[in-house]
Amino acid sequence: MKRNIKPNPPNLFLRFFRWYCHPDLLYHIEGDLMELYHERNSVNGKRKADIKFIVDVLLLFRPGIIKPSSSYHNLNHYAMIKSYLKIGIRNLLKYKGYSFINIGGLATGMAVAIIIGLWVYDELSFNHYHTNYPRIAQVIKGGVFQGKHFIGQDYLPYPLIEELQSTYGANFKHVVPTSGFGAVLSAGDKKLSRTGMYIGEGAPEMFTWKMKYGTWSGLNDLHSVMISESTAKAFFSNDDPLGKPLKVNGTIDVVVTGVYEDFPKNSAFHGINFFEPWKFRLKREDWIAKQGWENHFLMVYVEIQPNISMERAGANIFNAEMNAIKNIDYLKEEMQYKPEVHLLPMDKWHLYSNFKEGVLQNGPVQIVWFMGAIGIFVLLLACINFMNLSTARSEKRAKEVGIRKTIGSVRRQLIGQFFSESFLVVILSFIVALVIVGASLPWFNQLAGKAMTMPWHLAGFWLTALGFILLTGLLAGSYPALYLSSFNPVHILKGTFRLRNTASIPRKVLVTLQFTVSVILMICTGVIYHQIMFVKDRPVGYSREGLISMWKKSDEYNKQANVIRTELKATGAVIEVAEAGGEVTGIWSNNGGFTWKGKDPNKQEDGFATLNVTAEFGKTVGWQFIDGRDFLLTMAGDSSAMVINESAAKEMGLENPVGEVIHWANRPWGVDKDFTIIGVIKDMVMESPFEPTRPSVYFTFGYKGVLLLRLNPAMSTSEAIAKIEPVFTKVIPDLPFEYNFVDQSYAAKFRAEERIGKLAAVFACLAIFISCLGLFGLASFVAEQRTKEIGIRKVLGASVANLWGMLSKEFVWLVVLACLIAIPIAYYILDEWLKEYAYRTAISAWILTTAGLGALAITLLTVSYQSIRAALANPVKSLRSE
Amino acid sequence: MKKYQLGEFEEVVILTIGVLYNDAYGVSIKKEIENRLSRNVSMGALHTALKRLEDKGYIRSHDGEITEERAGRPKKYFEITALGKKAMEYTRNTREDLWRSIPKVALQVKIASS
Repeated sequence: MKRNIKPNPPNLFLRFFRWYCHPDLLYHIEGDLMELYHERNSVNGKRKADIKFIVDVLLLFRPGIIKPSSSYHNLNHYAMIKSYLKIGIRNLLKYKGYSFINIGGLATGMAVAIIIGLWVYDELSFNHYHTNYPRIAQVIKGGVFQGKHFIGQDYLPYPLIEELQSTYGANFKHVVPTSGFGAVLSAGDKKLSRTGMYIGEGAPEMFTWKMKYGTWSGLNDLHSVMISESTAKAFFSNDDPLGKPLKVNGTIDVVVTGVYEDFPKNSAFHGINFFEPWKFRLKREDWIAKQGWENHFLMVYVEIQPNISMERAGANIFNAEMNAIKNIDYLKEEMQYKPEVHLLPMDKWHLYSNFKEGVLQNGPVQIVWFMGAIGIFVLLLACINFMNLSTARSEKRAKEVGIRKTIGSVRRQLIGQFFSESFLVVILSFIVALVIVGASLPWFNQLAGKAMTMPWHLAGFWLTALGFILLTGLLAGSYPALYLSSFNPVHILKGTFRLRNTASIPRKVLVTLQFTVSVILMICTGVIYHQIMFVKDRPVGYSREGLISMWKKSDEYNKQANVIRTELKATGAVIEVAEAGGEVTGIWSNNGGFTWKGKDPNKQEDGFATLNVTAEFGKTVGWQFIDGRDFLLTMAGDSSAMVINESAAKEMGLENPVGEVIHWANRPWGVDKDFTIIGVIKDMVMESPFEPTRPSVYFTFGYKGVLLLRLNPAMSTSEAIAKIEPVFTKVIPDLPFEYNFVDQSYAAKFRAEERIGKLAAVFACLAIFISCLGLFGLASFVAEQRTKEIGIRKVLGASVANLWGMLSKEFVWLVVLACLIAIPIAYYILDEWLKEYAYRTAISAWILTTAGLGALAITLLTVSYQSIRAALANPVKSLRSE
Repeated sequence: MKKYQLGEFEEVVILTIGVLYNDAYGVSIKKEIENRLSRNVSMGALHTALKRLEDKGYIRSHDGEITEERAGRPKKYFEITALGKKAMEYTRNTREDLWRSIPKVALQVKIASS
């Protein structure tokens, strides 16, 4: 019988079928296809059989027959990753101590990084609440003074506003003059003291107030007031406040025309609880419009037109004042300052608001970056711990690596395994870190003076968190993954595997780095606190304790001045009552226009703090005379007398200032006459205690808005206040009794520095904690690794002290090295920081030494626990095993 | 409600497996359905239905002999499981229930109109 050569179906389609078909089904379906093909071939011929075969193959290409293309592979990966995770978890559970150090340290580091991240975000998004912030600016002035260019005068003269609105109006969508003030609002019997602001038309739209009731046009009516949501709640609880009447300072009637959402803490307008129309102030206080170019007392905000750039608008108004005043006769003197007008964009208000010689400084923003750097460093410290512990424990895992490699793992898979383990730890740490952050955020908010919340609802936060996990996982896991996977299986399994000496070098570098950062932070904390203590000890020239100041909130205080005075003194709680133009803890007026005998005519004058007080002022605040006498208490006694401070005497260059005559001509103060110096006092620190005292002159005329009371030192403060309060509530029943303690206001001047100090202290502690965790882990590892050696040494006669010294020495050297690196770096940073303060301490050597010795002591404590334990162990036990 | 899922074609296939009894494999099932019901059955449709039936547990399979015309590939024989039998009975009962519920008039009208 002749045997035919078997015909074959089209190969391409057969292969296609084999490619896509599910392996479970492949064989018998292929068999079916072949059987049919051969049958058709013999009945219908090859061509038809081919075609039918192709049709069958194509019709078989359907779900159910096709192999699951990708998931088939993924299944394998999934199982592998599951095994990685399982082994990772087992390892974590097996070495609970290490796991605790690892996860605890990493979580602390991450929590610090998250909190700092939130803080940096909060700082950088300052004022972003106001949607139009890229086009809003504050108008500020600059000029030339004593040959130096300066920018940064916030207060502007009234005519400049008119000029901006009329001549330069095309640049701006809104020009909004403002002036803030505190007032008592009342509705019926309810009285509340609130901070408010007169603000120009268009402000609500410009600053995009979020209205709860009413519209943005609420301030168009003269007698309108717009109040914050919290104020509305306080007055009207949940009623609709629109159209309700309010009284300002018990006298002025206004109507609520709008309620806006309270401004958040990171807005320049935070805490401003009501707004009144600027027009209203202009109408009521007609003196404003009469003010000339010399009186600088208004703040102005503008929104530029959308079709113009900030730079362009700034350039357009640069000469606004120059052009306006060059033809005015009495302003010839002003011209020598070459007044300039500038725009300070809103997103720079918070972080860049100080100028130095006409250049915008990055003062506060430096702190932001500094904090960011600390956050990254603390996180880095935690990552270093992780790396150190993983590599230190590598010998324990070396056998596993060897077996895995022998069985057939390629290096890439081992890298994957170690990465998955580090990601496991990182994810666990991240969860712990979120818990820590959630728990400590309120506390941190209080410390940093913020109102931050976790932005759970923002997709950006989660994306950042994901990136953060990835970054930390890669950072912390890369070194162990690459290092552990590089072991040679032959060496490991033969038992000849020894970690080379060089293997511990990166570990030593990392420990040194950790301690360098910790020591730097320790030194920073020490120096910041030292600086604060130093400035707090500065003699202030008056006595703050038992001194109370009160703003006169209405004219009643002037009408009843004598009554108040006699009644207060009658209580016995108050020794002396005085009045002044402003709070003792601030300088409320600064002016030029002084001439005196021997004044250098070429020197451009800086002006003097011109402080108007009553004759009792000196006695009340307790200023100290170097020379001369105080004002006379008799009525018209010393209207042409001046008391000056030491700095003023020095500024004037007078050897014997008492009795000298100085001439003062000044339009806003309305004076042009001679004054006699009757006394010289020690400098009173009224402004920042970190700055030199301004030359000041004190005189007795002018309006005084603040009442000062000296309490009887024989009485406790609470007793005294209890006696004073009825006097005020009786004499001025319309207004609440409100007062400030001068010593508290003075202490508030340290708040920013104290805040930095506290933050530095917290972060220094955390950095040390994390470093110590790492050191502790390493020390225990080293002790464990050298158990046999220690046993033999003990048998041969080594003492516990010997062994302790041997085990600790290695770490002590590292920390000493870290100190040597840290001290110059810290010195440089702090030297720069201290340069910002005119009144500053020197960086004393004892702080540097203490920090170094402290780090050393902490290291010894940490290491000793492990090394002494190892040294005390019974050598029989350690040598017996095996 | 949907206790036993059996599509129309699946029902045909499982019935044919029953008909063929010990000789039910891909090609024979295909030919049997084509002969009895005079309809074309594609390999794709058939094997999808077989796989689905097997997944549901109505039929089970075992490898059979290797023949030359199958290019060395084994046959895969199918047989009905107990569950499959229940599913078939359930389907049949529901059909018959439906048949019985049709009023005779309805069918008469239908015939008359056609």
